[in-house]
Amino acid sequence: MALLLFATLFPFWWMVRTALTAPRAVFQNTGSLLPVEPTLINFQRVLGLVDPQTAIAMGGSGQAINFAQALVNSIIVSLLVVAGQTTFSAMAAYAFARLHFPFRNTLFAIYISALMVPAIVTTIPNFILVRQLGWINTFAGIVAPTFLMTPFAVFFLRQFFLGVNREVEEAARIDGAGVWTTFVRVVVPITIPALTTLAIVTLIGAWNNYLWPLIVGSDERVRVLTVALGIFRSQTPQGAPDWTGLMAGTTLAIIPTFIIFMLLGRKILDSIQFTGFK
Amino acid sequence: MATQRSAIALTGEAVRARRPQRRFHPEAFTAFLFILPSLIGFTVFYAAPAVRGLWISFTNWDLLRPPQFVGLSNYVRLFQDGEFWNALGVTVYYVLLNIPLQTLLAIIIAVMMHRLTQSMLIRGLIILPWLMPPVVVGLIWLWLLDPNLGIVNIALKAMGLPMIAFLGLPQWAMPSIAMINIWQYVGYTALLIFAGLQSIPGSVYEAASIDGASETQMFWKVTIPLLRPVLVFVIVTSVIGSFQIFDTIAITTKGGPVNATKVLNWYIYEQAFSRFNMGYATAISIVLFLILIFVSMIQMRILRAGESDL
Repeated sequence: MALLLFATLFPFWWMVRTALTAPRAVFQNTGSLLPVEPTLINFQRVLGLVDPQTAIAMGGSGQAINFAQALVNSIIVSLLVVAGQTTFSAMAAYAFARLHFPFRNTLFAIYISALMVPAIVTTIPNFILVRQLGWINTFAGIVAPTFLMTPFAVFFLRQFFLGVNREVEEAARIDGAGVWTTFVRVVVPITIPALTTLAIVTLIGAWNNYLWPLIVGSDERVRVLTVALGIFRSQTPQGAPDWTGLMAGTTLAIIPTFIIFMLLGRKILDSIQFTGFK
Repeated sequence: MATQRSAIALTGEAVRARRPQRRFHPEAFTAFLFILPSLIGFTVFYAAPAVRGLWISFTNWDLLRPPQFVGLSNYVRLFQDGEFWNALGVTVYYVLLNIPLQTLLAIIIAVMMHRLTQSMLIRGLIILPWLMPPVVVGLIWLWLLDPNLGIVNIALKAMGLPMIAFLGLPQWAMPSIAMINIWQYVGYTALLIFAGLQSIPGSVYEAASIDGASETQMFWKVTIPLLRPVLVFVIVTSVIGSFQIFDTIAITTKGGPVNATKVLNWYIYEQAFSRFNMGYATAISIVLFLILIFVSMIQMRILRAGESDL
């Protein structure tokens, strides 16, 4: 058990330890468990807070890395996806769970069948579509495929809505509330836990996504963190990558995930058990 | 409560009876508005691309000139393409390195947790790697496994063992990638199995121990059979995921050294976005889809997914 925890946590510690090591000291005391010549310079470097000359003097690569911009872009993209996907998927899921309309079950089955299609199959045609729309290197292009729905989100929420006690809704309807009012005033408030769970799963997915933003949004103005890290990694020559800078970048990239984990870890655990066993 | 519900059902009946000529349920229009945004998203970014992808796979298209219809020739080309077969072989090799070991470790971890601790903290910590972007995980391990400065090699040297360029040697690259992904996903897999263990009723074990079953017998004859539905879910979904590995490879080896890690998804990416063979890339992606359906069906058959032993 101790071995398991060590194997899980050590790589994270090593990342932080390297991020806090002075760039020129990365070649010394390579086995030291603590940062060598501890410094915050790497974080300042990757956030563009020091000028290239200072960075080079400290032993860094001196290339312009603007993770501050990438961090902001990642936040914009993730929040847009979470807001859009949760809202629109919840509406659809509610209709599938409760409302009567023609072809309901057929349409739902079609949605679900899309869960089996590997992402890469739709990625290439979607890239071509976004390109034809002129949305390459725009936030619209990056969020478009996941903004209105994902089959998983609709499926996940529908399962939750099916489990909600109907009587509260029916009481609201008898009191004269319309479908929309019932949904917003009655159903949403009592399914906040499920909606939060979906929002977390979506947030982490959007934050971690790499392939799609890489092909449609590599321009610096819209470049998200994962893409920025990939580019930073390829720019550094094979011989001597800027390890301290890279590790500072990765540390920054996972701080938000870490915070969510601290605040909502229990929820994430519950959702895993839920998605596993419907 | 039952009477209340039937009363509501009756009023519903009455309302419907008063307007028999109406073809659709009165909610149908509202329901349509609820569905509309998702329907647009689904049609534009899932359904249409799937159909369009099939069409593109029958063309030669470099995005500069208009697509040229070439029938099945992309699929014929694929059968004769050594690089495709290499990519398929490399992918299968990766899945075989990844899945058995990951599943085995996950079962061990799950049983250990089930026996030793109910701690939420430990359960939380072991899924931490799974929450991280694969890009970040790839970068951390790229550094840990660095041939000269990486801590793994420093440790090997300290133990008097030779240093290894894990991601730089063809024979080591794929096992290293498999190891990185086991590190990322084993905790998550273990947690799913752990949840499965918790759902096995204690009475089954009591009955077995009354009948004089040993610990080992109980594990093989009780735990594993009762865990089968969970194991099926875990294995089928992780095999599907493994076949689609991309991020880790894009960050660490980019298909190298000497194509040793050029998996299908990387090959498709290369064909589409460096060589701009949209038609051929799409054809490979559709073949990947067919392979996944085939592999999943075989697994379901072997693992008898439809049955339960409980």
